[in-house]
Amino acid sequence: MEQDMKLTKLAKCAGCGAKVGAGVLASLLDGIRVHTDPKLLVGFDKSDDASVYQVSEDLALVQTLDFFPPIVDDPYTFGQIAATNALSDVYAMGGEPKLALNILCIPANMPKEAVHDLLRGGYDKVYEAGALITGGHSILDDEPKYGLSVTGFVHPDKILTNSGAHEGDVLLFTKPLGIGILTTAHKADLLSEEGAALAKKLMTTLNKSARDCMVQFRTHACTDVTGFGMMGHLYEMAQGSNLTAVLDTNAIDIIPEALSFAELGVLPEGMYRNRSYVEEHVDAGNVALAVQDVLYDPQTAGGLLMAVHPEDADKLLEMLKENVPSAQRIGTLTKPQEKRIILR
Amino acid sequence: MVDARGYSCPIPVVMTQKALNQTKPDSLEVLVDAQTAVQNITRFATAQGYGVTVTEQGQDYLLTLRKN
Repeated sequence: MEQDMKLTKLAKCAGCGAKVGAGVLASLLDGIRVHTDPKLLVGFDKSDDASVYQVSEDLALVQTLDFFPPIVDDPYTFGQIAATNALSDVYAMGGEPKLALNILCIPANMPKEAVHDLLRGGYDKVYEAGALITGGHSILDDEPKYGLSVTGFVHPDKILTNSGAHEGDVLLFTKPLGIGILTTAHKADLLSEEGAALAKKLMTTLNKSARDCMVQFRTHACTDVTGFGMMGHLYEMAQGSNLTAVLDTNAIDIIPEALSFAELGVLPEGMYRNRSYVEEHVDAGNVALAVQDVLYDPQTAGGLLMAVHPEDADKLLEMLKENVPSAQRIGTLTKPQEKRIILR
Repeated sequence: MVDARGYSCPIPVVMTQKALNQTKPDSLEVLVDAQTAVQNITRFATAQGYGVTVTEQGQDYLLTLRKN
């Protein structure tokens, strides 16, 4: 392998776009007997971000795992992104990450320096999160892949599932949308330098600050927006809470360059997978197709989507504005209607 | 005819854009081997004022773009 190899050229799918579709995943698990335990507070029955297990009256363990093929060419940046993404699932549960284990797949001929840089990116980000990497497992594979299994803690009364939203809650979001489209455009060398820098900054920004803000208010539900896109994750929240989400598409911070690429048909495969999974539950009104595409775009290390008590929404939004890449008030949750998501 | 088989997304739509922009043809045939490429090219061509018909050819898809 050449020293100037492009990591993304080794990957068939980019980042969270490599995720197996939600519908396919459900069918793969169908029929498998699932054991439960009264102390298992969050399992995979509600498609949540992480498992949560109660250890004592005031302590619950949060456990999650995430890994994917390279989404950028620079190994150090890829390591940072993979770690940011893996840690995010703990933040989305309202928890704090404490321990992490590396999961690494590398081609036999990948330069040692590149592997070292990749791991250094992971370590740096995990330390920034205040957690520790304590080991891991590495195997040889044609396509590089990296990620982490992360363990964190949360108070059992403060767990934020993706299905605990209340009628009347306000939806807040913390990063601009369109990251998956930008990384897809980058694969074809179409992305501007500014676009690449923006994508890198967003994908390496921890959701720690967003989590630290939301736990100070009456946040009822939370999820991080990743491979299933805004629409996929919002659908899981609305469905799990038995409510309908009404999104104000004009209030959503869409990366302008991502919208332009959507109009040119530069879209990741995962966008179509997400659309086919959720579309039947969506009243898209007369929202432009390209805007819808961005809402279905798979995000890597995307922002936190929060359902917040309406009386607290303004105060939390103000605090988020000081602490996250893009604080947005994007909609509300209403009593269940014919569709789970209504776009306006 | 643009043969974009063997290329992963978004290269097929980029190849189609180049072919359309260079000669502004009234019609263009594009051969691809993935559904994502079919949908990406259909979105792009429709926005550029072309009608699209898709014919399955074994494992491949032939897209015929015609200026509206």
